[in-house]
Amino acid sequence: MLSHLRSIGLALKHTFAKRETIQYPDEKVDLAARYRGRIVLTRDPDGMERCVGCYLCAAACPVDCISLQATNDESGRRYPEFFRINFSRCIFCGYCEEACPTYAIQLTPDYEISEYDRKNLVYEKEDLLIAGQGKQHGYNFYRVAGMAITGKDKGEGQNELPPVDVKGLMP
Amino acid sequence: MAKIKINGKEFEVDPKKNLLEASISAGYDVPYFCWHPKLGSIGSCRQCAVVKYRDENDTVGRLVMSCMEPASEGSIISTDASQAVEFRSNVIEALMTNHPHDCPVCDEGGECHLQDMTVMSGHQTRRYEFGKRTHKNQYLGPFINHEMNRCIQCYRCVRYYRDYAGGDDLNVFSSRNRVYFGRANDGVLESEFSGNLVEVCPTGVFTDKTLKKHHTRKWDLTTAPSICTHCSVGCNTIVGERYGTIRRVYSRYNEQVNGYFLCDRGRFGYEFMNSDKRIKKFVVNGSFDGVTKESAFDFIVKALKGKKIIGIGSPRASLETNFTLKQLVGNENFSVGLSHKDYQLAKLAIDTLKNGNVRTPSLKEVEQCESVFVLGEDITNTAPMLALSIRQAIKNITKTKADKAGIPLWNDAPAREIIQDAHGPLHIAAPMASRLDDVANSTYFSAPENIARFGYVVAHFIDSKLSLPSGLTEEVTSKARKIASDLLSTAKPLIVSGVHCKNEDVLKAASDVAQALKTAGKDVRLSYTFEESNTVGAVLLDGKSLEEVFETKAEVLIIVENDLYRRLSTEKIDSYLSKFEQVIVLDHNCTSTTKKATVILPVGTFTEADGTFVNMEGRAQRFYQVFVPESDTIESWRRIAQIATAIDKPFDQKNFYDFTESLVINNAQFTGIETLAPPPDFKVQGQKIARESLRYSGRTAMKANINVHELKPIEDADSAMSFTMEGYHGQAPTSLITSYWAPGWNSAQAINKYQIEVGGALHGGDPGLRLIEPSKTNFKFYQSNPDAFKVSGSGLKGVPVYKIFGSEELSSKAAAVKERVSESFILLNSKDAAKADVKADETIEISLNGQLSSVKVLIQDDLADGLAGISAGYCGINPEMTDVTIKK
Repeated sequence: MLSHLRSIGLALKHTFAKRETIQYPDEKVDLAARYRGRIVLTRDPDGMERCVGCYLCAAACPVDCISLQATNDESGRRYPEFFRINFSRCIFCGYCEEACPTYAIQLTPDYEISEYDRKNLVYEKEDLLIAGQGKQHGYNFYRVAGMAITGKDKGEGQNELPPVDVKGLMP
Repeated sequence: MAKIKINGKEFEVDPKKNLLEASISAGYDVPYFCWHPKLGSIGSCRQCAVVKYRDENDTVGRLVMSCMEPASEGSIISTDASQAVEFRSNVIEALMTNHPHDCPVCDEGGECHLQDMTVMSGHQTRRYEFGKRTHKNQYLGPFINHEMNRCIQCYRCVRYYRDYAGGDDLNVFSSRNRVYFGRANDGVLESEFSGNLVEVCPTGVFTDKTLKKHHTRKWDLTTAPSICTHCSVGCNTIVGERYGTIRRVYSRYNEQVNGYFLCDRGRFGYEFMNSDKRIKKFVVNGSFDGVTKESAFDFIVKALKGKKIIGIGSPRASLETNFTLKQLVGNENFSVGLSHKDYQLAKLAIDTLKNGNVRTPSLKEVEQCESVFVLGEDITNTAPMLALSIRQAIKNITKTKADKAGIPLWNDAPAREIIQDAHGPLHIAAPMASRLDDVANSTYFSAPENIARFGYVVAHFIDSKLSLPSGLTEEVTSKARKIASDLLSTAKPLIVSGVHCKNEDVLKAASDVAQALKTAGKDVRLSYTFEESNTVGAVLLDGKSLEEVFETKAEVLIIVENDLYRRLSTEKIDSYLSKFEQVIVLDHNCTSTTKKATVILPVGTFTEADGTFVNMEGRAQRFYQVFVPESDTIESWRRIAQIATAIDKPFDQKNFYDFTESLVINNAQFTGIETLAPPPDFKVQGQKIARESLRYSGRTAMKANINVHELKPIEDADSAMSFTMEGYHGQAPTSLITSYWAPGWNSAQAINKYQIEVGGALHGGDPGLRLIEPSKTNFKFYQSNPDAFKVSGSGLKGVPVYKIFGSEELSSKAAAVKERVSESFILLNSKDAAKADVKADETIEISLNGQLSSVKVLIQDDLADGLAGISAGYCGINPEMTDVTIKK
């Protein structure tokens, strides 16, 4: 009997408690920046594509929903010719972001990507590429890497000495 | 055998090996860079340190480089002693101080020996905070990409390129930490074996430039074991595909054949499969508009009804394809697709090998020979890997020098120091200078007839019972006498000849030299080179030559994977083809023959079909379909079976295995080839062997743009492999090894784990089956004694000149190889050039047996008077080229 009354009391108390339910979609939930939602491809501080087509995200993906093809442009930069994520397969585990050596692929707090038609969940590079740097600011892979590209010759990267003069005779 | 102890466990090892080889063979992971099973040790990288103990009571031990210590009796070592582990991790940390932050954009990444060894040695975080030394790169041609920043100074590249492959345009420059590996100036790497730098280099300094264009990681490739289709050596390869195109060719270890290496034609010639000349659709009467498989076959059924059919196979098509065609048209109406002359030459060579008492060697046996006599061949251009083996063979005799001094052969630097430039006898008789001349003791340049005569002179000096050709100069006889005595001075001489100078007497003379040496009690070997990957198989299968088969009256002609214009003159083929109502061509690339076809049926290349090739040694080897193309392309033998079904004469055979079995039942000479690979229902642990790696990526996305629903993968009815990543990933039977991988070993050097002993045979034996063994009873000396070559009036005699890039049909359609193909040329000596009033580099009009061609004049002064070297196999060059007239 006592437990019945206690239960009714608790129920009544909850009637006046603060609501946990959010009136979605009129109200939006407040998500942390590290929330793992829709995947984007970001750009480096110079506005160039960060993705260098190394295939590590595709390899890390447990559901194999990332596929891409790397190619090179005249400046020597490598970039993806196409980059496709099948969101109808994606489990938003974030392994791709962890695997990415250039901070190119990032998960965002956007989760509103439902579609009536499954094929609309297949995102191509134009759908994925954003204008900004996402969560990681200031990183530019080619400044750190040893490869020469137009505008950054050998020895001009971070922590690099000028190219060796092979024919030099100094000991 | 010596007893040694590794990590407290006893092993019996070969005392002629070093401790590194012994440890790896015993299954321990000892990191290394500079050592390579084929190159030996020089101890430059200091990465393979282990602790060696004086005796059982020694608990401290001392650090030694395991690659520099012999596996002598009673050695006690520890690969995991803490001081060795710490030393190795310090060494790798030092090696990595200058290594750039490049892995994501490096083509080597994912199969990089440096990555593997860094992880194995336990180095993780870079502590060195100072600047990295950098280098400028060089342009090294269309095959190899250069990225010097990645270098760790192991010296493998120059040791391979200069010491092993005999190149001299790659070297090491500068000193201390500035050491630079490259050419003196930018330029194309000259060696025909430069592609092996990709596999020899443990990092990404030298990478495959063709792969860079369609870059794909190793784990993303669908791979299958294959056989190179670009010459008669039959090197084993692994071919990788992604997104429906072939991405690269890698060497597949076969101790008997190519070992670790490939030539550049084999490695980079694959792109003909991706060329825009590929036939992917059905063509009827010159158009593919609105033509479907059904309409094309309706057309064929009507065309074939009640008509007599002739079938022409091909020496570049598989045995099964030729056999199926023969079955369709009947023995009387089947040709192997060779001109009468080529057929006779190939048949003579095969008969000599079968009936003689001299064994034809595998490349491994070639490497064990001690002296070499080459007759009439420029091997580097006609059978490149054989030339690489000959370069190794002539080093054998000098090895005794090192033995006497007590230097083990794996100890590369001192062994090389004591041997210096000395090498065993190599003598070359050829129409003109060749790439092997740099290591030849003597050369004799003359017309093919004279080369044959020269061979007979040598045979005479080996066995004086054999007749001596008349009218010889003193210079020739003394040269021949020296060659005879050199060959007799070694226990294992090798005679090499081939069909490429188009002269039967040369083949016969080579055979006589070999037989004479055999009679003299030598363990002699005789190697003949052939033109194409399956010439030996096609000739063994037997059929008519082109001229013979065209004598048969028929209305319909079926040509399979053959460009007849490469066999006979344009005029002859035009007149032959014009007699047929229908010319049905099955091929994968557009050729001059497909232009004349009324119907073209698309068929697969060797990567889209299973099949068997027989190489110059007579070794039957199986290749497998790599992937299922999305176009209408299917295997040639399956397409022929479709034709048979369409005309209501269906075959009983269903899959590849059935065709191979009935091939063997009908042709006893191929007995055993059905056992080359396990049958299609073969399984390991209940699974087929997977063609894709466990880490194959993107399979739920790669076709999602076309259809978001993943379809059931295609099953392979023809082999014991699956087209997907589902299947067995452990070590498969050797004929089914789809790629090399072992835990911790992602690079090609995982091969170590597939070998019984490092650098030796594979677990389960090397794949392939020899079909030609000497019968020993039926041999005879040919003694054909041809007349000496005479210059005839104003005309010149044409000698075919083969080039590694350009002379072979398929590889010259590949984009990268195309960059290395020169214009068609005529070689003349200065005297003949002056006589004809032409100058070097001038483009002139010449007539080859009446067919006009435009060629560039090149001066070759070692060419005999009255001879003209013609670029064989080049576009627009008459394959019959005996009579050359310069028209200007």
